[in-house]
Amino acid sequence: MLKIKDLYAGFDGKDILQGIDLEVKAGEVHAIMGPNGSGKSTLAAVIAGKDEYEVTRGYITFENEDISELDPEERAHKGIFLSFQYPVEIPGVSVTNFIKTAINETRKAKKQADMPAAEMLKMIKEKADMLEIDRKFLSRSLNEGFSGGEKKRNEIFQMAMLEPKLAILDETDSGLDIDALKVVANGVNKLKSEDNAIVVITHYQRLLDYIVPDFVHVLMNGKIVKSGTKELAYELEEKGYDWIKEELV
Amino acid sequence: MTKYTEDDLKKELETKEYEYGFYTDIESDTFPVGLNEDVVRAISLKKEEPEWMTEWRLEAFRYWLQMEEPNWANVHYEKPNFQNISYYSAPNKKAKYDSIDEVDPELLDTFKRLGISLDEQKKLAGVAVDIVMDSVSVATTFQKTLAERGIIFCSISEAIRKHPELVRKYLGTVVPQRDNFYAALNSAVFSDGSFCYIPKGVRCPMELSTYFRINQGGTGQFERTLLIADEGSYVSYLEGCTAPSRDENQLHAAVVELIAMDDAEIKYSTVQNWYPGDKNGKGGVFNFVTKRGLCENRAKISWTQVETGSAVTWKYPSCVLKGDNSIGEFYSIAVTNHFQQADTGTKMIHIGKNTRSTIISKGISAGKSQNSYRGLVKILPNADNARNFSQCDSLLMGNSCGAHTFPYIEAKNKTAQIEHEATTSKIGEDQIFYCNQRGIETEKAIALIVNGFGKEVLNKLPMEFAVEAQKLLEISLEGSVG
Repeated sequence: MLKIKDLYAGFDGKDILQGIDLEVKAGEVHAIMGPNGSGKSTLAAVIAGKDEYEVTRGYITFENEDISELDPEERAHKGIFLSFQYPVEIPGVSVTNFIKTAINETRKAKKQADMPAAEMLKMIKEKADMLEIDRKFLSRSLNEGFSGGEKKRNEIFQMAMLEPKLAILDETDSGLDIDALKVVANGVNKLKSEDNAIVVITHYQRLLDYIVPDFVHVLMNGKIVKSGTKELAYELEEKGYDWIKEELV
Repeated sequence: MTKYTEDDLKKELETKEYEYGFYTDIESDTFPVGLNEDVVRAISLKKEEPEWMTEWRLEAFRYWLQMEEPNWANVHYEKPNFQNISYYSAPNKKAKYDSIDEVDPELLDTFKRLGISLDEQKKLAGVAVDIVMDSVSVATTFQKTLAERGIIFCSISEAIRKHPELVRKYLGTVVPQRDNFYAALNSAVFSDGSFCYIPKGVRCPMELSTYFRINQGGTGQFERTLLIADEGSYVSYLEGCTAPSRDENQLHAAVVELIAMDDAEIKYSTVQNWYPGDKNGKGGVFNFVTKRGLCENRAKISWTQVETGSAVTWKYPSCVLKGDNSIGEFYSIAVTNHFQQADTGTKMIHIGKNTRSTIISKGISAGKSQNSYRGLVKILPNADNARNFSQCDSLLMGNSCGAHTFPYIEAKNKTAQIEHEATTSKIGEDQIFYCNQRGIETEKAIALIVNGFGKEVLNKLPMEFAVEAQKLLEISLEGSVG
């Protein structure tokens, strides 16, 4: 589904990513771990197509199509979803209105008619229930005055509504208490299928107890330096990252 | 109402130039340029006005001669040459029509392109339309329904002829002839406008609506509106404007007077979309408007405006809270793009006891435009327990525009409570990226963010206006991002 080959990217002429190779197939869950500043969030933003980053070498393909030159909304239309580490506030735009716009813009890009209101409402209700989201929450302005947990839950709610093929969860566990973490992880697990894939970016192994990865990659200085199975995450939790650094020397 | 933004707006977005920039070719009866007492008399004669009205105009003209254009506003433009403007222009076939079939087909086509075909309007949810095409009213609908309740809704010219006692009693009582330079000019040469009277205890059963449109090149436009809500009555009045493209600047100096007697309520909503000039700042309407309402005891006046047009806007819809327990409200969205300049706000004059006022102002600036809020809250010595709440928010797009806030407060009574809140924000790249990532393209994202920003004001508009207003916001901000 997603293939990243020898990817160098960064901004102001400085590459933060220094030769990433990664392949994610449908039905898989990948975890990307690494110390602060290793380039995890940059990788997520580059896959999503954030303007300020420039790809200087290598390529990204999604379903066998090179997406390196596509606008972020075009990538979204193809089914790439990024759950933001710091979701932005949009005052005066309700959660419902926002998701409705997102869904219908995506449908429009695919030359489909707007989703009928009844269908939309039904879907909103279903997904909100699944994530234990209070209905009142849906009429609040997007992320305005939301707690850290509410913001993250709202991200996963949008993921549930948009039903992406590839979901990248950037530090979704940060700011969540254990109960909220369980709800969010539970939601993500329910959305998991043979046809979609999930990339979990995290500092800590904690989230991976609930969203169990098939593969774990360690990112350091803009490169994937070690890959393994979920046991690697436990090892990192126990020993930190230093031993990998030493291994590399 | 957001439903409309989804599909309708997409179509609008495809047209980058000012959408209403066409010109209707109807034979016009236009005065030569220039202004003197003879011209004032000629206007009055043309409109078959009684002697007192002619004298009133002349009096205003003499005041005007002694006045100077105000220059305190935060706007810069080349002053119009008042001797180079024609002060009267009427569509040629000025007979009143009994049926819509008699109306000039080209005129009807104009209305259609503006999206206000009369056929449709008639069927729509009871909106009576008094259309001012240039200077003379050419169509008035729903007259009968209104008449049954004793409501008078007609052109001001007709009111001067048919209801002189009302006009004479109230004209100039809220905005005197010598109030300011433009009000004096308007008083001298006003061409036409609307008149409305709601009798005691009557609740006007429909939204009263007027569309203004400048149509003749080089013609000044001087509308005069007088709206009287008698004791315990209620009316909601809509005023909307679109103007065709013109290269030379056009002057628009309207006066609106509202009178809300004891226990009456007036809701006055405006969508203003005069031609703003092109993206290089060429052309566009100069909009110098005086709007003011007077509240008697327990009366309430609400001004709601969405200002997207005009090259230069100078406009302060105000409330004189004369009666005890009266209420004044001002809700405004002002959008400026390219080289537009807006200096707009309100005055809330608290005279009576327990008077309350609310000001919500949302300014959106893009391009190289300048957007100023200017507001005065004045509490007079007898206004015990007066309260005001003001909120002024500015949204900036790009790095070349300006947002300014000039709040003035004068409190002469110690029991007054005045609150002022202000924020300035910028549409961030992070917000845009967030929307993009959810599949929302940039122009649409901006429309979403801007509509969210103006929501408190948009919510105050009647439904059909809210839709039009959202479209206008989106059209006005086209091309404002990279």
